[in-house]
Amino acid sequence: MSSKEKGWKELSLAGVCWKSSKTYLTGDWKTYQPVRDLEKCTKCLLCTIFCPDGAIHWKPEKGDIEFDMSFCKGCGICANECPTKAITMKI
Amino acid sequence: MKNAAKQEVMGLNGDEAVAYAAKQSDVDVVAAYPITPQTIIVEKFSEYVANGEVNTEFMCTESEHSAMTACLAAAATGARTFTASASAGLALMHEMLFVTSGCRAPVVMAVANRALSAPLNIHGDHSDTMAQRDSGWIQIYAENAQEVYDSVFQAFRIAEHLDVQLPVMVGLDGFTLSHTLENVKVLEDEAVKGFVGTRQLPNVMTHEGRTVPYRLDPENPMTMGPVALPNYYFEFKRQQEEAMKNALKVISQVHDEYGQLSGRHYGNGLVEKYRLDDAEIVIACVGSTAGTVKTVIEDLRAEGVKAGLLRIRTFRPFPAEEIAKALGKAKAAAVMDKSMSFGGNGGAVFHETRHALYDSQNHPYLVNYIYGLGGRDISPSQIRKVYEDMQKIAQTGKVEEKIRYIGLRE
Repeated sequence: MSSKEKGWKELSLAGVCWKSSKTYLTGDWKTYQPVRDLEKCTKCLLCTIFCPDGAIHWKPEKGDIEFDMSFCKGCGICANECPTKAITMKI
Repeated sequence: MKNAAKQEVMGLNGDEAVAYAAKQSDVDVVAAYPITPQTIIVEKFSEYVANGEVNTEFMCTESEHSAMTACLAAAATGARTFTASASAGLALMHEMLFVTSGCRAPVVMAVANRALSAPLNIHGDHSDTMAQRDSGWIQIYAENAQEVYDSVFQAFRIAEHLDVQLPVMVGLDGFTLSHTLENVKVLEDEAVKGFVGTRQLPNVMTHEGRTVPYRLDPENPMTMGPVALPNYYFEFKRQQEEAMKNALKVISQVHDEYGQLSGRHYGNGLVEKYRLDDAEIVIACVGSTAGTVKTVIEDLRAEGVKAGLLRIRTFRPFPAEEIAKALGKAKAAAVMDKSMSFGGNGGAVFHETRHALYDSQNHPYLVNYIYGLGGRDISPSQIRKVYEDMQKIAQTGKVEEKIRYIGLRE
């Protein structure tokens, strides 16, 4: 374990969360990650709705979506739901 | 009894003594499911609720698993929480016992010790609680109804102590204690109130960076019992072990404080030594059998036999150092187990006592006696026979059978 992580004497009682879940990067154990074919993507945004971790964001300034790989668990629901098959899961 | 608080004598069986103590402890929530021989505790307590004698939220759940879950949830809000169970009921709680201790919820539970099926048996032995010895709960075993009553108050103080924050089981032998009427000296409500006080809460830091009391509170939201993956889980288990170590001290402190109030002491709260100082042959046991052993010791002492008793009152945390010291001078000791650890080379009390003695320079010959399973009586003559066996071992230095059974038909 990284020496930066707290030891048992410092950690909170019974694992009470001492940080926001935003700082607990739950996407670090994925096997597959989504890769998008920009030619097929119609930006319908269905993937942003289906993503169970809210890891796909609409960025109005870019006029495009963005995957947040810190929270994407690689479940592949986005690829499964994409109506134009623009997303594939790759190792 | 000098300077002890004013008390009156009531005729109570062990279960009633528990219910009366829970009533006096100003419990906020009781969630329970009935099971013999614990039933009287919850029945009696529900009477107090119906009569408006307590200010307690009383929940009849659909199972023991749910009862313990409800107790954990109630304790998580900061409520003083109590329940009772036995045998199969305690076994059904198994999963939630670990969640409760892991969440550091100071629930207090009385267990009217009873055998586990199969074959079906409703009578007293220690199979149920001994099977839960690694569940992270403190375990205290009482010798009589008076001690049951006294131990409930101590249990709340121990469980809720800021250095402990662990759930506590108080064991009372099924029927032998749970259903047997005894004279029990009870304290006045005010005296109990002064002793148990109100529940203290440790402070924790929340995800918002605020340091607040450890309880579910909409004003100060926090996540309890979250997932802890391989990078964190281990540390929280180590914290629980530290709390158990702290409990050794706290149990004795709370016991002594209560002793000053009530005039009653049970050894040092961890172990009770009875005519042990000069004893050459010793019995170590848990629970109500100690009462019978004491009677036999008096007879033997009158005959000039140096017999003694070590009653292990607190089984978790196991007072290993105290036990090693207490047994160090004896020549031969019999450890009595009222439950089996199948294939385990002896019973739980034997395992741990033997383990405690391993590093001692001086230790007695040690023999395990399994007895009383499924509520089988243990008589003074059988205990006398154990002492005779110990005398023979002390004289000859020969232990033929290390694990023996009392009152078992061959």
